Amino acid sequence: MKRKLHELAHARAGDKGDTLTLALFSYHEADYELLRRQVTAEAVKRHLAHLVRGEVRRFEVPGLHALQFVCERALDTGVTTSLAIDPHGKTLSYALLEMTVEP
Amino acid sequence: MILASRGELHYLALECLAERTIALAQLRKLADPAAGYDPLLEARMRALLPLAVRHGFRIVTNMGAANPLAAGRRVIELSRELGLKIKVAALSGDDVLAQLEPGMRTIEARGAPLSEYGTLVSANAYFGAEEMLPALATGAQVVITGRVADPSLFVAPLAHEFGWRLDDWPRLGRATAIGHLLECAGQVTGGYFAEPGLKDVPNLAQLGFPWCDVDEEGNGTLGKVAGTGGAITLRTVKEQLLYEVTDPGGYITPDVVADFTSVRLKETAKDRVAVAGAGGRPRTATYKVSVGYRAGFVGEGEISYAGAKAVERARLAGEIVRERLRDDVADLRIDLIGMDSAHRTDFSHAAPYEVRLRVAARTATRELAERVGAEVESLWINGPAGGGGARRFAQERIGVVSLLLDRSRVRPRVTLLEEDRETQAA
Repeated sequence: MKRKLHELAHARAGDKGDTLTLALFSYHEADYELLRRQVTAEAVKRHLAHLVRGEVRRFEVPGLHALQFVCERALDTGVTTSLAIDPHGKTLSYALLEMTVEP
Repeated sequence: MILASRGELHYLALECLAERTIALAQLRKLADPAAGYDPLLEARMRALLPLAVRHGFRIVTNMGAANPLAAGRRVIELSRELGLKIKVAALSGDDVLAQLEPGMRTIEARGAPLSEYGTLVSANAYFGAEEMLPALATGAQVVITGRVADPSLFVAPLAHEFGWRLDDWPRLGRATAIGHLLECAGQVTGGYFAEPGLKDVPNLAQLGFPWCDVDEEGNGTLGKVAGTGGAITLRTVKEQLLYEVTDPGGYITPDVVADFTSVRLKETAKDRVAVAGAGGRPRTATYKVSVGYRAGFVGEGEISYAGAKAVERARLAGEIVRERLRDDVADLRIDLIGMDSAHRTDFSHAAPYEVRLRVAARTATRELAERVGAEVESLWINGPAGGGGARRFAQERIGVVSLLLDRSRVRPRVTLLEEDRETQAA
């Protein structure tokens, strides 16, 4: 039975130029390892393939039970020139939380 | 205001510059040499100056935007009106437009030279604590800057109070973590966080802003005034610590390269989180410079469809507009708000009852930008059945790119403003 990341984790989106940052945090310490194994940079790149045209890098911050995804060329040239309705990509934390994992 | 009157503060920082703000301010300054600072400066200072004098805290702000000196002069005028006697220090010199050369490479993904962008309108180096310290040393009640790195607005007062050396990388790193947590104010106290059910935040409408009590090692405890709304929890602090951070182990500011991966957080009481243990390495040899340029125009139009076949009618409407603009507008985007506008796809695949068509396009001229909205508006009459509530927008776009500039090419200046004179402090 697949579960949405939304049930296991919370997230915050940020922007730097055309780069989108997605910080993902497990609600419970016990779930962090599952996120670490399944929510890889490749998996996120696949999940957001229609948005992210560049590379996705993942940083692990175990002290915060966090994974930080840095997505390049993800904001339609960046907040100041984007045609998107949400040029900062602030809503995209919830796009990440639509991903599913196998518990 | 609650934080200013009841926070028992020593310093109040107001961070007011987004990426593009200073470019827009520069355009206002070109039209009027006495303008170019934050339009909210007057209202903010009118409210805060009496509190600052009464409670004895200092105000540190980047509300100077493109014209810190004019902002400083305005604050002196205001203080006279309010019957207060204060000094103001203005930090300028971050404007480096004259130092730019067309061949300089930007640090954006493609690394294109500046010559490939439109007409440049502004270029501002991100100053840090080092440039702000002479302003703080004047003892001025208000320190007004142009572009400074957001965390530096907090690092500088700490370095000033504790007398830190500017190569004390661990302390600067720890203070940078705290500055980064405070710089978006409400984003650490429950703003940009709440989700009913899973992530409830009490009384978000009366969101309290944060303070931090920092020790001389650069560690501190975040809190907010009792009775205000919001919440400070491990979760709100964790989310903000990684906000907009592209490398948690190497967060670059003018002051230091900070390491947030070693940060330790501890809830010490309700709405109190202790922050300790960030690391720091030597700063880089360059300033980051934010360059504003004229990026053409954007035109937008929106119209709603509801009920049976709403999605199909909206899609048809979008294709009609695309076809009608085909000869004049190449760079066009069609969204269905309620379906795929924010995430560019619909992960749930559920048909919405109503959708709103949005058409947006980049254009070379204002006239063409206006046409985009006009075509959407005309869908009322010349489009599919039942389209309503059309709105249109057109505006010039100022784009922002970044580059790195050697520190030696930039000259920071501090001007001390008093009621009857102005002197160069550094």
